[in-house]
Amino acid sequence: MTRKQRRSALIGMCLAVLGLAVGLVLFALEDSIVFFYSPSDVSEKNIKPGQRIRLGGLVEEGSVKRGENTTVQFTVTDTAKRVPVMYTGVLPDLFREGQGVVTEGKLGSDGVFVADSVLAKHDENYMPPEVAEALKKQGVWQGEGAKPKVN
Amino acid sequence: MIAEIGHFSLILALGVALAQTILPIWGAQQRDNTLMRIGAPAAQAQFCLLLLAFFGLMIAYVTSDFSLLNVFQNSHSAKPLLYKISGVWGNHEGSMLLWVLILALFGCAVAMFGRNLPPDLKANVLGVQGSISVAFLTFIVTTSNPFTRIDPAPFEGQGLNPILQDPALSFHPPFLYMGYVGFSMAFSFAVAALITGRVDPAWARWVRPWTLAAWMCLTLGIAMGSWWAYYELGWGGWWFWDPVENASFMPWLAGTALLHTALVMEKRDSLKVWTILLAILTFSLSLMGTFLVRSGVLTSVHAFAVDPERGVFILGIMVIFIGGALALFASRAQVLRQGGIFAPVSREGALVLNNLLISTACAAVFIGTLYPMALEAVTGAKISVGPPFFNATFGPLMVPLLIAMPFGPFLAWKRGDILGASQRLSVAAIVTMLVIIAAYAFSGSGPWLAPLGLGLGIWVIAGALSEIAFRVKMFKAPWDEVFRRLRNLPRAAYGTTTAHIGIGVMVLGIVATTTWQSEKILSLKPGQSASIAGYELKYMGVEPHKGANYSEQIALLVVSRGGEEVTRLFPSKRLYVAPKTATTEAGIHAAWTGDLYSVLGDELKDGAFAFRLYFNPLVRFIWIGTLIMFFGGLMSLTDRRLRVGAPKPARVGVRPAAAE
Repeated sequence: MTRKQRRSALIGMCLAVLGLAVGLVLFALEDSIVFFYSPSDVSEKNIKPGQRIRLGGLVEEGSVKRGENTTVQFTVTDTAKRVPVMYTGVLPDLFREGQGVVTEGKLGSDGVFVADSVLAKHDENYMPPEVAEALKKQGVWQGEGAKPKVN
Repeated sequence: MIAEIGHFSLILALGVALAQTILPIWGAQQRDNTLMRIGAPAAQAQFCLLLLAFFGLMIAYVTSDFSLLNVFQNSHSAKPLLYKISGVWGNHEGSMLLWVLILALFGCAVAMFGRNLPPDLKANVLGVQGSISVAFLTFIVTTSNPFTRIDPAPFEGQGLNPILQDPALSFHPPFLYMGYVGFSMAFSFAVAALITGRVDPAWARWVRPWTLAAWMCLTLGIAMGSWWAYYELGWGGWWFWDPVENASFMPWLAGTALLHTALVMEKRDSLKVWTILLAILTFSLSLMGTFLVRSGVLTSVHAFAVDPERGVFILGIMVIFIGGALALFASRAQVLRQGGIFAPVSREGALVLNNLLISTACAAVFIGTLYPMALEAVTGAKISVGPPFFNATFGPLMVPLLIAMPFGPFLAWKRGDILGASQRLSVAAIVTMLVIIAAYAFSGSGPWLAPLGLGLGIWVIAGALSEIAFRVKMFKAPWDEVFRRLRNLPRAAYGTTTAHIGIGVMVLGIVATTTWQSEKILSLKPGQSASIAGYELKYMGVEPHKGANYSEQIALLVVSRGGEEVTRLFPSKRLYVAPKTATTEAGIHAAWTGDLYSVLGDELKDGAFAFRLYFNPLVRFIWIGTLIMFFGGLMSLTDRRLRVGAPKPARVGVRPAAAE
């Protein structure tokens, strides 16, 4: 092989791998990205049933109802709008009424959001950043005064 | 008083670091030996001062001196001693202090062990190393001072986040930082090489042990973090593609690539430009990891404090160092003359493929981690890029890498023989086929990819073993010759094989856990049973219990298999007093075939509790694999040819393809 051929073989290999990677990334970005919405967004933006989204807000006081086995129903609210959520599974340690929560799943055709994961992070003062911002937009954010504890 | 001494040493260290930055580099420009020699003692002094500062803070923690704001915010007198000590780095200020301490430790090591480095290279390396110290010490002194006093001093501290109170996590940050910061050596050497304009095989030989040591620590640090997440978070998983995990994983990937390409440069004087670039990028990714974790851009257990001023400061440091190094690279790269040429099929070619795949995979992780932030900054849309993205991009890129891995060591430098290599790997290939067939036969209706994945792991292990077998003429020569050859093989060769076997073992664990994991979520009343993966679990009830600084509810699960009691599991929910936090403690039964993993959920109607049960087949292989990789690295590191600063043995050229 001449030097030129060697070089083109190497460059060809690089391009092949990079092409593969770009293809994979584009394909995966198309398929596996999940958008975050607040309850207001859900009603404004006409989210189609069956689309996978993240829904975040506060767990409405008094809305948590235990069903059969480990099924739980509760309402996520940003005080302007509310979305009923159904979840089967174990709720995280810090799931509480009145606290911020992020759920991931699909909106059913009956308007009930069927979640397959519920996140409430590890700090008692923690507010998922998306939720905090969504609440700020609604003007109900009071967290700023209560200094977030370090750590 | 002790705090003041610590504070004073911290500021003094900043001054020394400034001297260490300016004088040696200036001396190297002026060819002034006296100035150049200042680098070494300055680096040692800086290390001693920072050690003093660090111990000062540690004493404040151990004695619960709550007149320090940092101690007050992150410690509590009722905490066990281990967590008082680990509390030093369990917060933003202390962890940054640990960061610079380790940085200075590496600088000090160069000063002490780099006696036979060319003086101008050594001066420049220490200078660059010093400049990183200056930046981070300024950061600490101006924005994150751990020695700030509060008056009046409170009686009691606020406590350390309970989920951080864990033995594995106590040592996770030091190892992670040893890795992160260790790559600064590669960076400093790369920048110094660009300044002096000289890059040769000797350069690679000096850089490689440092990179290897950093890589080993990072491997262990990441493994500890993952192990902790597995048993402490109670989610049953071991890796979540969380941005913080990715932040430590990206430097690891780049560092792995760097280890391999430095080999090409050392043996063949080739791929110089790429190696230098990779050295810069690896540390840049470490800096970015520090930025992501410390700036509060991400919110997680790691983002200790959300303070925009600090974020901007670290961003500034990052821009200056990465931008500066890349600009220097752009202007000086053409100085580096390319060395030996090689055919596409050759050891070099194989290592290029390795680098290509690893760095592309690293880029994919990079995109997945930063795309959501970039998108939010530009359009305001909030998205999350979760595990599906990484599985779809990272996974496929690893498959060809693992297939090609056993071939590499069998190819000769310059021009390799792929047919010959295939023949030598035929035993490994047969073993792999048998395992795949057996796995299909036993797994029955499981996912069809799983047996192939297991085969991949076996292929890597068998391929690595074949290499040693071939080199010692196993089954070909008489046994005494085989033993003689086994003894004479360089340790670095064993190191490579061991590390590659570690990868294989880890792949086995990952494939088995992800494809054959069983999960059950159910509610149980006392006396009721559940079954998973052949185990029968009988729930006996919940009992309250009081710990040192928490109260908990412990459930008792009696585990039996085929009527015989195997073990008892005690999953629990804890409520810590300070700070007030609830945590879940998983009950885990470990066996060779896999872990039985139980988590206690909330209390439901009529006395029942929710439970989450998992069976994770072969999950321990993942961490055993990383440990094997670590020991592989250790073996290579103790090889005398690689020993820090060891002179090159004269015979090295004659040795038949000394393989790493």
